Amino acid sequence: MTHRRDFLKLTGAAALGAALPLDLLAATPLTVGFIYVGARDDFGYNQSHAQAAAMIKKMPGIKVIEEEKVPETVAVQKTMEAMIMQDGASLIFPTSFGYFDPHVLKIAEKYPKVRLAHCGGLWTQGKHPLNVGSFFGYIEECEYLSGIVAGHMSKSKKLAFIAAKPIPQVLRNINAFTLGAQSVNPAITTHVIFTGDWSLPVKEAEAANSLIDQGCDVITCHVDGPKVIVETAEKRGIMTCGYHASQAALAPKGYLTGAEWNWVTPYTEIVKATLEGKPMINFLRGGLKDNFVKMSPYGAVVSAAAKKKAEDIKAQMLAGKFQIFSGPIKDNKGAVVIPAGTTLVQTDVTLEKMNYLVAGVVGQV
Amino acid sequence: MTPTRRLAIRLGISATPLLPTLCALSGTLLLFVLFLALQGRPAGEACSLIFEGAFGSSFAWQNTLQRAAPLLLTALCVALPARVGLIVIGGEGALAMGGLAAAVLPSWLPPWSPWLMLPAMAAAAMIAGGVWIALCGALRQWRGVNETISSLLLSYLAIAIFKHLVEGPLRDPASLNKPSTLPLPDAYLINPLPGMEVHWGLVWGGLACLAAWVFLRHSVSGFAMAIVGGNVRTARLVGLPVNRLLLLACAMGGAAAGLAGMFEVAAVHGSANSALLAGYGFSGILVAFAARQNPLAIIVCAIVIGGVEASGSLLQRRLDLPDATTLVLQGLLFCNLLAWEAISGRLAALKLRWQETTPNTALPASEASHV
Amino acid sequence: MSESEFITLLLALFAGAIRVGTPFLFVSLGECITEKGGRVNLGLEGILVCGAMTGYAVSYFSGSAWLGVLAAGCSGLLLGTLHGLVCSLPRVNDIAFGIALMLLGTGLAFFLGKPFIQPQAAMLPSINLGGWSSNLQLQHALQINALFLLGVVLALLLQWGMAGTRWGLALRLVGDHAETARALGYRVNTIRIAATACGGFLAAVGGAYLSLYYPGSWNEGLSSGQGLMAVALVIFARWQPLRCLGAALLFGAAGALGPALQAVGITSGYYLFNAAPYALTLLIMILTCRPDRTLGNAPGELSLTR
Repeated sequence: MTHRRDFLKLTGAAALGAALPLDLLAATPLTVGFIYVGARDDFGYNQSHAQAAAMIKKMPGIKVIEEEKVPETVAVQKTMEAMIMQDGASLIFPTSFGYFDPHVLKIAEKYPKVRLAHCGGLWTQGKHPLNVGSFFGYIEECEYLSGIVAGHMSKSKKLAFIAAKPIPQVLRNINAFTLGAQSVNPAITTHVIFTGDWSLPVKEAEAANSLIDQGCDVITCHVDGPKVIVETAEKRGIMTCGYHASQAALAPKGYLTGAEWNWVTPYTEIVKATLEGKPMINFLRGGLKDNFVKMSPYGAVVSAAAKKKAEDIKAQMLAGKFQIFSGPIKDNKGAVVIPAGTTLVQTDVTLEKMNYLVAGVVGQV
Repeated sequence: MTPTRRLAIRLGISATPLLPTLCALSGTLLLFVLFLALQGRPAGEACSLIFEGAFGSSFAWQNTLQRAAPLLLTALCVALPARVGLIVIGGEGALAMGGLAAAVLPSWLPPWSPWLMLPAMAAAAMIAGGVWIALCGALRQWRGVNETISSLLLSYLAIAIFKHLVEGPLRDPASLNKPSTLPLPDAYLINPLPGMEVHWGLVWGGLACLAAWVFLRHSVSGFAMAIVGGNVRTARLVGLPVNRLLLLACAMGGAAAGLAGMFEVAAVHGSANSALLAGYGFSGILVAFAARQNPLAIIVCAIVIGGVEASGSLLQRRLDLPDATTLVLQGLLFCNLLAWEAISGRLAALKLRWQETTPNTALPASEASHV
Repeated sequence: MSESEFITLLLALFAGAIRVGTPFLFVSLGECITEKGGRVNLGLEGILVCGAMTGYAVSYFSGSAWLGVLAAGCSGLLLGTLHGLVCSLPRVNDIAFGIALMLLGTGLAFFLGKPFIQPQAAMLPSINLGGWSSNLQLQHALQINALFLLGVVLALLLQWGMAGTRWGLALRLVGDHAETARALGYRVNTIRIAATACGGFLAAVGGAYLSLYYPGSWNEGLSSGQGLMAVALVIFARWQPLRCLGAALLFGAAGALGPALQAVGITSGYYLFNAAPYALTLLIMILTCRPDRTLGNAPGELSLTR
């Protein structure tokens, strides 16, 4: 009896081994490390990464270790080293922008066999080591669509945007949102308040109230945890557009749509490349078309006209036929930042240096 | 009296200063284990992981020492003013000012050799930090403003000024998504110690603690400061320049914190940005109180606290405990250390009694009373 | 700035004074009681955060926000009692222990509060006092939470109580001159512990306001030094509960200054505007403190002003 069972086991294992790539069966599971700068369930940036990490966990042959609330100091270097040395991680995702220089770079030089896939960094050929990669999504495409919906739904023609800091990634979002709204009605203005840091709940609530007092009736934001802003807006009966992850559960009445990350797409690509022994993907960017970002489902209040317009543009984006930043575009001080006839495609590096707010945005960089 | 009994009493006398600390440590451990056990978390494993994460391997030691390096200096920011009887908790602000000064100095000066520039950066950082804390001392002496609150408020203000300058006028235009000052040229970056991964800030921090201890113990000013801290009226009666001593103590403390900022900028970040504000100033408060304001003990306590923080990473990954676990442990430690101070009064009486029963025992030099 | 923008700014400051000032009010009233008894409790920051977390958690589980407030108060009572008890031991510096309690309270709140960052708990209701106005902003500014009104009533009660009732006089005696109190037969330590416990209760209620009303969410960045500023507030208010009310409103307005200015278009230097409360506190302390004599009305036994 035992002989037959053993025989069956052996043949079963052999069949399985023949089906999968041989090195996957022979190797120990790939340990992938995720490092978050804040709390994993903040309904925002970190949650978007944690949700994708949870999906990666389900992949066969993958073991996931996570650490949250790691500040952008030597602590993250030590965390990465600990993951490599104590847990045997061979692929690490440091998800906060500030980790890149110098922390990720230092660890990359020290451990050339370990792959470090950083979110949001700007990997440059020749300047940065080959085992580092940076990936990001062109979420401003979703912001543009959010802007279209907001532009349709807004009655006061005043939109509100609460942002943390005036850095290029944030400015791109503000500008895309405004341009989207202005494509519906060129007279729409966006009022911006910078809170100064990525997570300041009292300031964010104050900013939301201030902007609503100003007459804005749609709010969106770019902070690490949009929960406070969305809840404050919902309490005052104002419509919201979400960011990072879906906050629809927080605002059943006022949620229009939102720009969400879909990190599982770049994660899967990078993890697969590691599993299959392919070279490290150094520079990975993608937008709606590549499924790096996605839109939240439309809320109940969104009008049919708004949905139609947004879907039209979305279809164009998916077909690769729509560019947000095509001239002439003026900034809110009157200067021309993108001349007529010029179109900056998403991958254009000039966009990564954005330092202006387009006309129609009330606020200063 | 038999020699063994005499020896036992001598040991007992020399051990009495340690007893409150030992009680505090065991009390902390007990409460921590109880806290975890009541929630169904693996308490024993947590304790062993804390030890492993702090001191269990050479990697752990590197981690611990790396985290202890800034704490050595920021703890001095609390310990030195404590000598004159002040409780100053504004080390974070002094660190920010010092780091900023050190980061922008090279862009204002011609490209000197590192042997000139690094001391200049250190001096700038120490002056910036020193002035900031001396301000607290001055406010206390000339306006009677409580230094604990004023140092904290000034710390918040320093952080606001730091952020405003770093992201505004002093910002490096090329630092887009992570606003920073101009990056320091490679020549001015501080290397790690040979054979280790910890930067030279550890050595200089240790030296600063040693220098502080020598200063406080063996110099006239240090002794004068102790008198001021013990009883201001007596100090004034004796004719000591109380105001000057107070300001000096504050300035020295602030200079230490500013120096910590400079090391963080030059050895870790390469420029000044908001990642510099990592709470080292606040951890330094804990280290100083744990060491009972003794600069030598600060070296030990900084390593212990650094170790606790280093182990947090392991606790998260292995036991899925939240990062706040180390915060709870530190809070319990701090509370216990202060509470068990209460028995040191009783112990002093006991010590006196023992000393009286053995009149021929050579008394060890008694330590100056701590804050 | 145009006139309408100026009015908008004033209204925003008025609204902010009430909204942002309520936690200041509760914490400063609590600290007022504690300091009148002769003890300083710097741990109010930790108690505030702990109260915020407890209130949110209990509100989430029970569905009732007011129960959350009560639970938060109880947690503050416990921590305040701890502070009182330990500081009654000889040779324990109450300022230092306050800092330790701040660390412990914050650590406990963050540890136990992890599962509550994401979910939504029942919020405290607001009373609409502004229904008569047609101005939307004024309407919203007058949407006051019952806790604010409670705080005002409490300030009045305390002002009267400390001056006119027996327990108020006993408290002040213990805080002014412990020897006399002891001679009169008052249990100094018991009264001080009770005062600290009450202070903790109020501070925790202030914290519950933060998590259950405004901003109305629990996360780890909720407090920005309110507990510590309240200690300075009490000195500014000269230990008078009614003045604590005024000071709390002033600080609330200062806290709302940054976003309000940005909303009307003054956007540069927002870090500096956001630091307005701290600058204001410092300025007030510089202007009102004197080195050579003890502050008028200062409780004689207070280690802060010696």
